[in-house]
Amino acid sequence: MSILVDGSTRVLVQGLTGSQGRFHGLRNRDYGTSIVAGVTPGKGGTDVDGIPVFDTVAEAVAATGADASLVFVPARAAAAAVIEAGDAGIALVVCITEGIPLHDEARAFHHLARNCPGTRLLGPNCPGVISPGRANLGITPGGIALAGGPVGVVSRSGTLTYQALHELTRNGIGQTTCVGIGGDPVPGTGFIDCLRLFQADPETRAVIMIGEIGGADEEAAAGFIAGEMDKPVVAYVAGVTAPPGRRMGHAGAIVSGGKGGAAAKIEALQAAGATVVLDPTELGSRMKEVLQGLG
Amino acid sequence: MDLLEHAGKRVLAAHGVPVPVGHVAFDVDQAVAAGDAIGYPVVVKAQVPVGGRGKAGGIKVANDAAELAVAAGEVLGMSIKGHFVHRIWVEEALTAAREIYFSFTFDRAAKLHLGMLSGRGGIDIEQVAAEFPEAIHRFHVNPLERLSEAEATAAVEAAGITGDAAEPVAGMLVKLYDAYTAEDAELVEVNPLAVVADGRVLAMDAKVILDDNAAWRHPGWEEWRYVEGLDPRERSAREKGLTYVGLDGSVGIIGNGAGLVMATLDVVAQVGGRAANFLDVGGGAAADVITAALEVVNADPAVRAIFVNIFGGITRGEEVANGIVEALGRVELHSPIVVRLDGTNAEEGRAILASHESDRLVSRPTMLEAARTAVTLAASGPSS
Repeated sequence: MSILVDGSTRVLVQGLTGSQGRFHGLRNRDYGTSIVAGVTPGKGGTDVDGIPVFDTVAEAVAATGADASLVFVPARAAAAAVIEAGDAGIALVVCITEGIPLHDEARAFHHLARNCPGTRLLGPNCPGVISPGRANLGITPGGIALAGGPVGVVSRSGTLTYQALHELTRNGIGQTTCVGIGGDPVPGTGFIDCLRLFQADPETRAVIMIGEIGGADEEAAAGFIAGEMDKPVVAYVAGVTAPPGRRMGHAGAIVSGGKGGAAAKIEALQAAGATVVLDPTELGSRMKEVLQGLG
Repeated sequence: MDLLEHAGKRVLAAHGVPVPVGHVAFDVDQAVAAGDAIGYPVVVKAQVPVGGRGKAGGIKVANDAAELAVAAGEVLGMSIKGHFVHRIWVEEALTAAREIYFSFTFDRAAKLHLGMLSGRGGIDIEQVAAEFPEAIHRFHVNPLERLSEAEATAAVEAAGITGDAAEPVAGMLVKLYDAYTAEDAELVEVNPLAVVADGRVLAMDAKVILDDNAAWRHPGWEEWRYVEGLDPRERSAREKGLTYVGLDGSVGIIGNGAGLVMATLDVVAQVGGRAANFLDVGGGAAADVITAALEVVNADPAVRAIFVNIFGGITRGEEVANGIVEALGRVELHSPIVVRLDGTNAEEGRAILASHESDRLVSRPTMLEAARTAVTLAASGPSS
């Protein structure tokens, strides 16, 4: 098994006729993903390499039975595209687009939360989700992943996600699913959502979690690991020595109370029983030891 | 984009928030002309993108034109926390009978807009927050909603702001929320929001941060961009479209992806070195992007070695290697380059680098080994 996506997921690509959408949409199809439709307003009735294009998500769903959407729409229109997918009843919306204005992103998130209870959003500004050997929705290079499990990966960082997959594969360790939750201010899916799914997935035996400085999501995830998980977690947190981020007036200091640094996140994860590595290239070898420990 | 005080006040004023009368001045003559137009006394305020200006002597009161000329001359040319004062704001001097702190920002944990309001505003607000957290009233607003007058009134009451000031402050909160959302702001902060002697309520300071991702729908923002105070290294990187943050070490860092670049800084520190910068070339780094990145890092005289750390995902390893080799021929480098190339087609990329290997270009198979080599080279002293 896997989480979020598998071989039966039927995917439509919003923005399939654009350069990014076409390139990655066709790559995802070549990987074996069931790409059943494209959506571009005004281009309904055309096709991209045999994939039918529709004017609206609702039309594409009615014609093809798509249950997931992959969004490559440019930042100016991406929030509206996410809302359109939710309104059309799509179960999983994966938004790759980066650079969406904060207020648009916040409104799209709350629109889904209020009006589309059956829709899960992944991203924006994320590499997507891959269940190796089954489906790849996004920009993760499929070649660096290895099918067969037993490790689940959840990450806030794009390149470090690829690094983790590469290290696991190099050590002969397969992955059930790798989820890039993205680094934007309002991620649709968070660490805890993914950890919960991995904990419930019988094929996943251990999890890699990659965090970054800023916010308190890693600390919250540590609380979940300590309280709700019996599967081992190997974690990495980037930014131990990163320069302090932009100072958000006094408000930033008042809200954070000085928290959000890597040290506090690492400490919380260790206290929760996670194995924390300080060099991301050690993720694979350390996971190998952890899996051997499970017998 | 961080707005200077005067630009922030213009944004707020456009949404009906009262601000003191004032003008920008770049020299003493302009300052005196502004003072004469406003009427004395006036306040001279340094326009720099950092807090703590008052404590640094960047805010002065002038009672007439002669005093204003002296004050303006002193403040223009000051350096505050590393920021040279290129411009000042001259505004009417008002005495606050009461100082209120107010801000709107986005609360990532709650995924809601967060308003903070305190009757104990002023220069020590962070200390107040630390010692008396209950003195700051916090309230959330759903991004799908406007702030209603009833909510604003309730927030003012909960913050303990009573009497004649309560109603105008509540009215101002509604306008500030509109400004925050309509202007695509990441932060609108007013400290202090002052009740002055005649009972008026005005925004005496304004800290506004605009969301660069929304610049396309606000063409007017360009004139507010504050570039004269930027680190010259950062300005040059920005012009080349690179994400760069200057640091104070000797190992120049180039990587792809913010997470990987942060990880690179960490590994360099782990082996005893210090990074000179954070530079993310982003995805799909072609030869010209690598060249531009090497130019920016190379221009920093503190750099003694350059660590290029690339993980090929979509980008193929041989393309990156070709980009580095091409850049070597186009840029006169002062420091040796250490490359760690991994991921898609890394073998092919390493083979290309190996055929150009010299004491100026070294390739290492792992991040840790590359960091060690870069730190050793940086420590071996000036290279040119």
